[in-house]
Amino acid sequence: MHALVQGVILGILTGGVYALMASGQTLIFGIMKVVNLAQGAMVIMAAYLAYGLFTRFGLDPFLAIPITTVIMFGLGVGVELLFLRPLRREDKSELSLLVTFAVALLIEGVLSVTWGTTYRSINASYANSSWTVGSYQITVVRFWAFVLSLVALGLLFWLLNRTRFGRAVRATVQNPESARLLGVEAQWVSALGFGLGAATAAAAGSVYGLLYPFYSGSHYDLISRLLSIVVLGGLGSVGGAVIAAVIVSTSSAIVAATISPAWSEMTFFVILILVLLIRPRGLFGSVNRGAI
Amino acid sequence: MSIPSVLRGGIFVAALVTLPLLGLQHWFLNLLVFVLIYATLSSSWNLVGGFAGYPSLGHAGFFGIGAYTLALIFRDHVLATGYEPFVLLPVVGLIGALIGWPIALIAMRTRADVFAIVTITFLFVVQTLAFNLHDLTGGSQGTALPIPPFNADHYEVPFYYVLVALLLFTMGLTFATMRSKVGLSLVSIRADEDKARGVGVRVIGVKVLAFSVSVGITAMVGAVWAYYESFIYPQFAVDPLITIAMVLMTFLGGRGTLWGPVLGAVILESGQQVLTYQLGAVQLYLIVYALIFLVIILLLPRGILPTIEDRLRLYRRRRRTDAAPDDWPGDLAAPSSEADTATLLGGGAT
Repeated sequence: MHALVQGVILGILTGGVYALMASGQTLIFGIMKVVNLAQGAMVIMAAYLAYGLFTRFGLDPFLAIPITTVIMFGLGVGVELLFLRPLRREDKSELSLLVTFAVALLIEGVLSVTWGTTYRSINASYANSSWTVGSYQITVVRFWAFVLSLVALGLLFWLLNRTRFGRAVRATVQNPESARLLGVEAQWVSALGFGLGAATAAAAGSVYGLLYPFYSGSHYDLISRLLSIVVLGGLGSVGGAVIAAVIVSTSSAIVAATISPAWSEMTFFVILILVLLIRPRGLFGSVNRGAI
Repeated sequence: MSIPSVLRGGIFVAALVTLPLLGLQHWFLNLLVFVLIYATLSSSWNLVGGFAGYPSLGHAGFFGIGAYTLALIFRDHVLATGYEPFVLLPVVGLIGALIGWPIALIAMRTRADVFAIVTITFLFVVQTLAFNLHDLTGGSQGTALPIPPFNADHYEVPFYYVLVALLLFTMGLTFATMRSKVGLSLVSIRADEDKARGVGVRVIGVKVLAFSVSVGITAMVGAVWAYYESFIYPQFAVDPLITIAMVLMTFLGGRGTLWGPVLGAVILESGQQVLTYQLGAVQLYLIVYALIFLVIILLLPRGILPTIEDRLRLYRRRRRTDAAPDDWPGDLAAPSSEADTATLLGGGAT
């Protein structure tokens, strides 16, 4: 029982971080109908940036986030303008999968050339300290990671629901044609939306680097989890992604605590298969003709 | 079946069969083996990804399943002739296809993007299993296959001919598909699945069949590869890069064509071997590969063969117009219905 509760606590705290990564992914899909296979690579890249700033300038990974956010936002906008915009509309969804995979490989290649292929981890002074609440351990890093994810998600929701840009984004998600007719600059919404999705990877990257050791190939592992979460939550639904992230990471933490850590990864996939059997459009997904 | 296509096929087969007789060096035979591996893989991917338009990213999972199936069958075996694994290849293919059947039934409830996601997650499931099922796969320690007792002087040759047979089988299947109702059904699914179902195409049966056959062939290639390598590790047997290579080669050559995947494999795999050799560092090769990948998709989104064919058709039409302007009422842009059907079917025999 103790292990179970500890697992649930761990799962919820980790779920916040996954929620942040997955919200960027699902946002990009919602706006552009593009599955960004480079999202994992972008998170790892942000982790390396935070690592670089930490080792070279002693900058705390949490404080590095504003800097990495700007870099990742620029990268996202650049990828959209250079590689995704030129695609022809009729086979955009198929080709964009390949393009974003190529971007992931490109990022992986650049990271391996710059930092090598050995595992790195960000060893901040508080990396190993933890609090004891009752008889349960809560590591400081995980707690702050969770808080940070909540703040970042809050910002994202504010941006989407309370600003002009957010309204344009939501209009595009609902109906791109009508949005365009009503004067939304779809081209810019796409570019900025992709940048925004990449920017969520920046905050997630700092946190990921603090929590886990990583190397340039870590993104394969990450992207498969993110994709399961996003499909579970319903493609394009940010709220769905958050809830799905918490569900998935809690159940995988429970499996790790009660059965074996080696099998916890499988939980993601088992849940995904169950969802596809019962409700192929995910928990909060809408039915898109041609997608499901 | 026109004469040129028979001629083309005949020349191709003759060239494949005689190549190893020329006394080639080991490195070149090795290169040919890998070109054949990828040509067969891409051709098999083309059956489902090219014709039906279901972009599977999970084929590398079946490649790994084939590799481990052969390893399991021949665990603790000593080979007498070395040809036993080749004889059992159909069994491996059948197992791959049988595993693929329920996977396809589940995964093909979704389309396009979601299908790609589901299949890529399947790939990672297989990889996780390969790492975790120590008793079956040896985990990250890897597992050994029986050593083939072939003469070291022409070690590659048996593998070469088996792969030639597999490639010709796959291409024959593709050729038959393109000329049958199944092929037409697959293309109609790619064009518009809902309408296809509406006019009575048995969409589920056809696409699940295509998927099973495709992954069965992929599993057989995986088995040959494992036997060739003698020792396999999860990260190489179930490698996302294999999936990507299959997709990329098919896209480069031309989706839904007979020769496209083969052409793509010849160009990319020989290019890759040379690049890895020249650049040494694997990481640098990743960057170059990704850039080539991007350039191909942005410049030739339809692939080499369909692009060439379009150019040719346009050129011929222009010449005809120049020669006899009265036949054409000046409407150059209007595509003939004949040309449209050809495009849909991937341009006939190309």
